[in-house]
Amino acid sequence: MWERLIEEAPRFFGYYNLVFLGKAALATVALSALGCIIGIVLGSLVALLRLTTRLPLAPLRWIAALYTEIFRRVPFLVTLMLVFFAFQLSKVDLPMFWVAAVSVTLIASAFLAEIVRAGFESVHRNQWDAAAAMNFGLLDTVRYVVLPQAWRIILPPAFGFFVLFIKDTALASQIGVIELTFAGKVLNNKGFSAVLVFGTILVAYFLVSWPLSRLGKHLEQRLASPRHQRP
Amino acid sequence: MPRLVINGLEARYGSLKVLDGIDLDVASGDVVGLIGPSGSGKSTILRTLVGLTPPAAGSVEIDGEHIDYAKPGDVRRLRDRLAIVFQQYNLFQNMTVLQNVMIAPTKIKKRAAAEVREEAVRLLAKVGLADKLDRYPDELSGGQQQRVAIARALALRPEILLLDEVTAALDPELVSEVLDTIRVLAREGMTMLIVSHEMGFIREVSKEVVFMDAGRVVERGTPAKIFDAPEEARTRDFVSKILRH
Ligand SMILES: Nc1ncnc2c1ncn2[C@@H]1O[C@H](COP(=O)(O)OP(=O)(O)OP(=O)(O)O)[C@@H](O)[C@H]1O
Ligand SMILES: [Mg+2]
Repeated sequence: MWERLIEEAPRFFGYYNLVFLGKAALATVALSALGCIIGIVLGSLVALLRLTTRLPLAPLRWIAALYTEIFRRVPFLVTLMLVFFAFQLSKVDLPMFWVAAVSVTLIASAFLAEIVRAGFESVHRNQWDAAAAMNFGLLDTVRYVVLPQAWRIILPPAFGFFVLFIKDTALASQIGVIELTFAGKVLNNKGFSAVLVFGTILVAYFLVSWPLSRLGKHLEQRLASPRHQRP
Repeated sequence: MPRLVINGLEARYGSLKVLDGIDLDVASGDVVGLIGPSGSGKSTILRTLVGLTPPAAGSVEIDGEHIDYAKPGDVRRLRDRLAIVFQQYNLFQNMTVLQNVMIAPTKIKKRAAAEVREEAVRLLAKVGLADKLDRYPDELSGGQQQRVAIARALALRPEILLLDEVTAALDPELVSEVLDTIRVLAREGMTMLIVSHEMGFIREVSKEVVFMDAGRVVERGTPAKIFDAPEEARTRDFVSKILRH
């Protein structure tokens, strides 16, 4: 086997394949980044919405709750198909990458909304009470009091999710988006040995997700709780 | 002129009726002491007043203005005038002592930071914490946290101050420090509703004492009346028990 790999390698790591793989990796990174970044923003909004108490917002609260509950329970592939056919039906001609991006964001937002909500709930009731009694609105309470205390709870599962999520973007290959997994299949079909191709893909996934884990660890230490920063 | 008027106030936690028709008023510049056994609903009255526990029935008026607790605008205006010191202090754990005192005046009331800082430092000095400005709540004793909570409430410049067991967690020497602070406030004409088990203090500082039990006001009157010549058997019972300790 080794001989075959060594013989194949120079051809496999040729210019066109590298560009092809690079583009695929970029698609994986882009899908993951979109999902994580828009996901954390939308997820936080959904979590915030679920914290509101005003009566007129009740329907929005229900929608937010329903959304989080449903999209966390449906398999990624089903959401992907749903979005795919929804765009087909509405005759919106969107490149496949964006169809995948929308699906990915929908799912990430639902999971992150739940993670953020759990973080908010971990902050003791009396902190909310004190803020409310001093006329803090919901946003001020979250910004000055709750988030600084909830980071510690939110960050580990959020980054855990990001890491799982990167590999889940592979499902976008099902609708023909050329990301890492799809690129692997293509190169394998071209006759390169599976070990070489998917070994390379494995390393690529690792290179994408490892720095993210490090970033998570770093943020956990820096942001977690201002008190623990002091000597 | 009565500043705070409470009529028929009811509150419940689920099916448990915790306040069962409370009538109470506090005149401008007066100090009213609220006493009663544990679980009688003293804290709940204060929480209901600041809109943390929604009232099930009854009315609250401040300076003749009826407060509708279902209206966010009413609650906001109310909280501009009332400050509460919680039984559990409820200091913000992520902020230093100074930040705890400064946050609401600067971020919510939008007053100039330099001016607020000066006032905060002065207030903290007043409660004997001038050397703890940069400490975090979990580095302070219960009594020190309690005094930060008082300074934080005062920094809001409230018209009416609600104090819940502000001496419960203090050692005797600190009790006198905190009580001195409150005495000074009383002399300066701050309107206060004070919950306390410190009967000597309640007696000294209050214009009127209200005794409550099981969510109802049992008896009210001057400290002399409540402590020396209570009319109700339950008041007599409670007062004699607690004074014997
Ligand atoms: N969050 C809550 N949920 C359910 N029941 C509660 C809650 N808070 C208080 N209660 C109940 O309401 C009643 C009144 O409580 P409250 O805290 O007002 O009493 P209190 O007079 O302040 O007592 P203490 O002197 O011990 O502070 C008690 O029976 C208590 O168990
Ligand atoms: Mg109490």
